[in-house]
Amino acid sequence: MSRARVRLGLIVNPMAGLGGRVGLKGSDGESIQQRAIALGAQPRAGERAREALTALLPLKDDIEIVTYAGEMGAEAAESLGFRAQVIGRIEAGRSRAQDTRRAAQSMKEMNVALILFAGGDGTARDVYDAVGSDVAVLGIPAGVKIHSPVYAVHPRAAGELAARLARGERLAFREAEVIDLDEEAYRSGKVSTRLYGYLKVPFVRQFVQSAKSASPASEQEAAREIAAFVVGQMQPGVAYIVGPGTTTRAIAACLGLEKTLLGVDVFLDKALLARDVNERQMLDVLAQYPERKIIVTPIGGQGYLFGRGNQQISPPILRAVGRENILVVSTLNKIIALRGQPLLVDTGEAETDHLLQGYMQVITGYDQRLIYRVMAADSQAGQAL
Amino acid sequence: MKRASLSPRRQYHQARWNEPILYELGSPGERGILPPGIDAAIEAEIQGWEQRIPASMRRESLPNLPEISQVEILRHYLRLSQENLGAGLIADMGMATSTVKYNPPVNEKLAGSPKLTALHPLQPEETIQGILEIMYKLGQFLAEISGMDKVSLQPRAGSQAIYANIAMIRAYHASRGEGQQRDEIITTIFSHPSDAAAPSTAGYKIITLYPEEKGYPSLQALEAAVSERTAGMFLTNPDDTGIFNPRIRDFVEVVHAAGGLCAYDQANANGLLGIARAREAGFDLCHFNLHKTFSTPHASGGPATGVSCVTQALAPFLPAPTVEFDGERYYLDYDRPESIGKIGQFYGVAANFVRAYAWIMMHGAAGLREVSQAAVLNNNYLMKKILEIPGVTAPYEPGQPRIEQVRYSWQKLIQETGLAITDIANRAADYRMHFFLSHHPFVVPDPATLEPTESYSKRDLDEYAAAWASIADEARHQPDLVRDAPHRAPIHQMRDQEAWLTDPDKWAPTWRAYRRKHSQAAGRDS
Repeated sequence: MSRARVRLGLIVNPMAGLGGRVGLKGSDGESIQQRAIALGAQPRAGERAREALTALLPLKDDIEIVTYAGEMGAEAAESLGFRAQVIGRIEAGRSRAQDTRRAAQSMKEMNVALILFAGGDGTARDVYDAVGSDVAVLGIPAGVKIHSPVYAVHPRAAGELAARLARGERLAFREAEVIDLDEEAYRSGKVSTRLYGYLKVPFVRQFVQSAKSASPASEQEAAREIAAFVVGQMQPGVAYIVGPGTTTRAIAACLGLEKTLLGVDVFLDKALLARDVNERQMLDVLAQYPERKIIVTPIGGQGYLFGRGNQQISPPILRAVGRENILVVSTLNKIIALRGQPLLVDTGEAETDHLLQGYMQVITGYDQRLIYRVMAADSQAGQAL
Repeated sequence: MKRASLSPRRQYHQARWNEPILYELGSPGERGILPPGIDAAIEAEIQGWEQRIPASMRRESLPNLPEISQVEILRHYLRLSQENLGAGLIADMGMATSTVKYNPPVNEKLAGSPKLTALHPLQPEETIQGILEIMYKLGQFLAEISGMDKVSLQPRAGSQAIYANIAMIRAYHASRGEGQQRDEIITTIFSHPSDAAAPSTAGYKIITLYPEEKGYPSLQALEAAVSERTAGMFLTNPDDTGIFNPRIRDFVEVVHAAGGLCAYDQANANGLLGIARAREAGFDLCHFNLHKTFSTPHASGGPATGVSCVTQALAPFLPAPTVEFDGERYYLDYDRPESIGKIGQFYGVAANFVRAYAWIMMHGAAGLREVSQAAVLNNNYLMKKILEIPGVTAPYEPGQPRIEQVRYSWQKLIQETGLAITDIANRAADYRMHFFLSHHPFVVPDPATLEPTESYSKRDLDEYAAAWASIADEARHQPDLVRDAPHRAPIHQMRDQEAWLTDPDKWAPTWRAYRRKHSQAAGRDS
């Protein structure tokens, strides 16, 4: 049976992973890349991409690979005998990040079925900047920092998933967090991460990192269950400060409201009181409403409860609202992906971090709660399983 | 890695019959049994019976039953039984949590005796003194094994025993005027899922504790969970990791101090018989599964028996009837005003009572203790062999012995090879081995859970470990062989499994529903 060829995008960030072997904790920025090469680092992203493409070899004639020239993809594809349509080249003097963004943007316009990208968190950020969550993408793990659960567990697994798609299997998709460290801070010994957004990744349990629930359907169902429970508990006259994330977005959806995905909103009487508020606006709300609660969800894969992605919920706000008025919501899947690591707080103020430490109840479903540890990020010492 | 012990059955291949479903066998008019006509006296007695059934309840057409001869039925089920991995075919230690142990056929002989099978549950008590005596004594044995005061044999499964236990906890709090207030149940994430599910079904809010470094939750976590709303705590100990929480008494005390009751899930008590009792740890209730610990067959998801055991304080709430002895005769006591009531038809699964009674009598008290000692020894011997396989670990407390089972993690090997844990599980079928991963959620990454019980020999254990070593070796050197497994099973992998199981347009709960959804598949050989 003849079938239209499936178009797959391939982006290799040739600099990804350079820093790791030589102990540089990342490879973002050209100066660090040059330092890595000077220290003897060997590019390995191309090899990882080849490993992924190997799984697609039996489908060679059914696939058209759209990629950039040379080490950005064509080299890996052509070395395995794939037909590659080269849609761009790396221009001298241009930054790598821009190349990734440009390539992803073109692939989106060409309606590729999936963009495979080999890299790390920085690469995921660049892809996200270009295509948002409009296009199906999947990471081939090649970078030093891989905190974003948008990567397959192994290059080969990424290839397997792409092969399933190419064979016409209907895959499920989920939104997965794009998280990146601030590399400058990281190299000077301070861990600081940010939630940048969400990429649309195919979901097959055993192939995708940190995706331990049965299916995206069940993950969404879990979020809806949590939302139904939280909404049922909402009291009139109480101002609810609602942090970012897909789990808190489900609460808004349950109320028929739209949530700022990466920002903090305030709800009152099951309606939107203020959208995308900053610290000052929140303090105004607190001044007006003596009864208030905070609803937050930890950042997936990182476990930060406060201090990452929701810094506007600052120490003064946390102290004013009080620990007992914080509702933590999370799907069980997200907690389990932490592998036993406590939830972390890094509000920038030791006293507030201390106040938040200890055991908290996490709402994981309708009438279902989990008791889980919360620790200050600086006292957390590699307790993951 | 030595593989010599694998050799005798290396060429194993499961039977493959491509067996149709029963409805596709036979032909119109074929019969397996020709029942005799109705006795004339009975016919006279029931004359006009059709008219006594309301018209709305009468069938208008005959039921769609298979029309098939006896011998076809025998062949059909025999073939199906061969396309299987059952305890009678293999050393079935890959189904931990379920606990598959040897079921001595002599127990089947006793349970199949006409002395039992010809009984009817509505017979007068004086004519069923034998089975009542067995029930009474079995209850006493289980009370002694758990340290509890009184039991009910009625529950048809472990989960129903948990349900009976939560119903009794509710009745207890209600009797003290705290029924409304106490609406929360505490459990642990490694406890059997029914410890959360049954109380949730009964309307309770569930608070789950998470394990810490040692594999069990901290006392501080429990303290953060208890309140005046705590109705009780349900947990297993050891749970599926095989790790025993040594602070269990403290846990019970914290819950008691908050006014809650404690129920010990001892469905699988294989590591505890004659060694540790629920009563001494302070529990108020517990339950046993006769099929996990006392060697009755798992059958095909039942009929099973869960036994609820309680202290004197909870005894008034036990399901009615209970089996009693007045010094001369055994009888069923329905006069239990505070009872939670009946939880099933009649009195339970009588055949299982006979099997478990016989098994306990065969072992005696010292023998039961030896069962647990052998189960623990087997498990720790197997763990030592398994942990010699590079890439397989036993998370939490490395180097510490376990009780009766271990939840292993293949994560390192998975990360190294890019295979999935389901690939490993599929390959295990080629070695004619069950490979149970874990319940969801997978707290231990890429899990597999083994429980050798007391039933298996050192040779069985060596062979099992050698099979795992061989699979790990294949994963490294012939990954495609593992990825494409199973090769020696009657069916291959289910392609696109996630979608089939989660997409409502695709899955079907019954064969008929499948045909309806996929009418184009009707003529196709499946």
